[in-house]
Amino acid sequence: MIDDTQPLLQVEQVRKLFPLKTAGSLVPLRAARRTALLHAVDGVDLSIGRGESVGLVGESGCGKSTLVRLITRTLDPTEGSIRFRGEDIGGIPASRFARVPQRKLIQMVFQDPTDSLNPRYTARDTIAEPLRLLGNLSGTALSDRIEAIAALVQMPRELLGRFPHQLSGGQKARVGIARAVALEPSLLILDEPTAALDVSVQAVILHLLADLREKLGMSYLFVSHDLNIVRLLCDRVMVMYLGRIVESGPARQVFEAPRHPYTRALLSAIPGLGGEASRRIRLEGDPTSPVDPDPGRCRFHGRCPKGQDACTRSSPSLVQMAPGHAVACHFPESA
Amino acid sequence: MDTRVPLLSVESLGVEFRTRGGIVHALEDISFSVGKGETVGIVGESGSGQSVLFYAVLGILDAAGRITGGRAVFGGLDLVRASAPELEEIRGREAAMIFQNPRVALNPIRKVGHQIEDVLARHTSTPSADLRRRAIEALASVRIPDPERRYHAYPFELSGGLCQRIMIAIALACTPSLLVADEPTTGLDVTTQAAVMDLIGELARQRNMATVLITHDLGLAAEHCDRIVVMHAGHVVETAPTAELFAHPRHPYTARLIATTPHAGSDLRSLAAIPGYLPDLRRSDLPACRFSERCERAEPACGERPLARLDAGGVHSVACRSPL
Repeated sequence: MIDDTQPLLQVEQVRKLFPLKTAGSLVPLRAARRTALLHAVDGVDLSIGRGESVGLVGESGCGKSTLVRLITRTLDPTEGSIRFRGEDIGGIPASRFARVPQRKLIQMVFQDPTDSLNPRYTARDTIAEPLRLLGNLSGTALSDRIEAIAALVQMPRELLGRFPHQLSGGQKARVGIARAVALEPSLLILDEPTAALDVSVQAVILHLLADLREKLGMSYLFVSHDLNIVRLLCDRVMVMYLGRIVESGPARQVFEAPRHPYTRALLSAIPGLGGEASRRIRLEGDPTSPVDPDPGRCRFHGRCPKGQDACTRSSPSLVQMAPGHAVACHFPESA
Repeated sequence: MDTRVPLLSVESLGVEFRTRGGIVHALEDISFSVGKGETVGIVGESGSGQSVLFYAVLGILDAAGRITGGRAVFGGLDLVRASAPELEEIRGREAAMIFQNPRVALNPIRKVGHQIEDVLARHTSTPSADLRRRAIEALASVRIPDPERRYHAYPFELSGGLCQRIMIAIALACTPSLLVADEPTTGLDVTTQAAVMDLIGELARQRNMATVLITHDLGLAAEHCDRIVVMHAGHVVETAPTAELFAHPRHPYTARLIATTPHAGSDLRSLAAIPGYLPDLRRSDLPACRFSERCERAEPACGERPLARLDAGGVHSVACRSPL
């Protein structure tokens, strides 16, 4: 039974730890010290409502992609639960997920359309693949559906026979989007969908994504480090730092009055057309290592402009500051 | 405005490429200048010829490319007519370039410290006993933590931001008077991008070095450049001081480019796209104004040569028959 009152996706305290090979592994394993663990995703809660668009932002290496792979169930979580439409999908092994009915409801648009399209598939083949494999379509039903989807993403029919190298960047992005929406998923995960595009095409694709969400009633999880784009497309934003969510809230509130020092630094690093480089908050150094982090200190300490001794004694947890707006910081900015 | 002789002055430069598909008219009648210590942004969609322009100026066009005319005077020498040995002396020592994707531009199987020494050994008279020390100093100057240890690192062992710093260290090792940075922060995180750009700006100020920033990110150009040159399909369409360009763009393409760039305060509805595509530069019937086929202000006269050039007050110039 599908429970409509539940959020579409509910992720609770999910963790993914990767064991690392320790140097000098010639030493018998039992004698070696405990294997180091890379904490890629470390206790993340996330929920996406029906029709909601959520942005996930953070620097590379913060665990965004691992979190996405856990949600798309191409990777098994170490701990925690992942519920989709009220059903637990976190316990289904990744290797079996392709055969469960939820598989076709979670789809993904990848970052670089050139890398994520099969160079030997025409646009038609690419869009047909999910329809054949998961939609059980064939013959005229299949080709009718392909043409309907091409129309939906505003792709001229005559381009369907072309290979990726014969298409422009914008058209390749449309093929990638068409493949993802072909089965009318309820959750669409977009990984930097416009990062490889020129500004002139980017606007068109963003409009297309906004239209599709409305037409098909999809929910979006929008992964990006371009905060200006997240602001345009998302209702809610989650900011991730070293495996943890440090701030989450309504997009407007987070962008206008960020409460976590990291969010403020991220926002101030966006170049603006007004040329405001002087107001920038600089982050010194690199993030601390995600390998066996000290559980007793804030992970942002050391780079944080507001860091104090208290930050080295306990790790802050997410605290609700305003309705729907939570921050994990001992010294949050005032609203 | 600097009335002294500019550091680099490009006049009516043209470049074409011979390909199997025909002759690509990559650059036509390009003119602009860069003053000493000035930071100039070159912006436009990819494919507008920004990189090719500087490959031509620095004499590193690939074999299919040919300079069809014009001059590029740098420190009194016309680089277009300079001999190969003269160009080799200038590249690396007087004018350096950093490329996008530092991981590809660095030698993957040579320690980064040695890559810096290579430049010093080629272009300066540093005694070989001092090379190592100078290389470590160069690493420290771009604020690489623990330079003695990083001297021995290979590019794959370093993050994208650190690799870009190594590229900068190599480019600046001989204190050039001109640095060409070709999309130096593409693929880097915003926070890393900010740090790399601040570093370039600071080093440029310390050394009174002129910087050319090639980018498609208008925000980046707005923040870091004194003056901006807008290119479209191998033409310079507008040149103006940064604040003036954003406050009063005169070329319809510049105005469109500004309107497509998301920024704080814009919403999805106000975000307009630029209609159409860059024209195919292999065409023999390219109109005089290469933007005219995408332009809502176009008139039949826009296709006729010569391309209109208007002086829009002092340092602001625009190549349009009916500017905004």
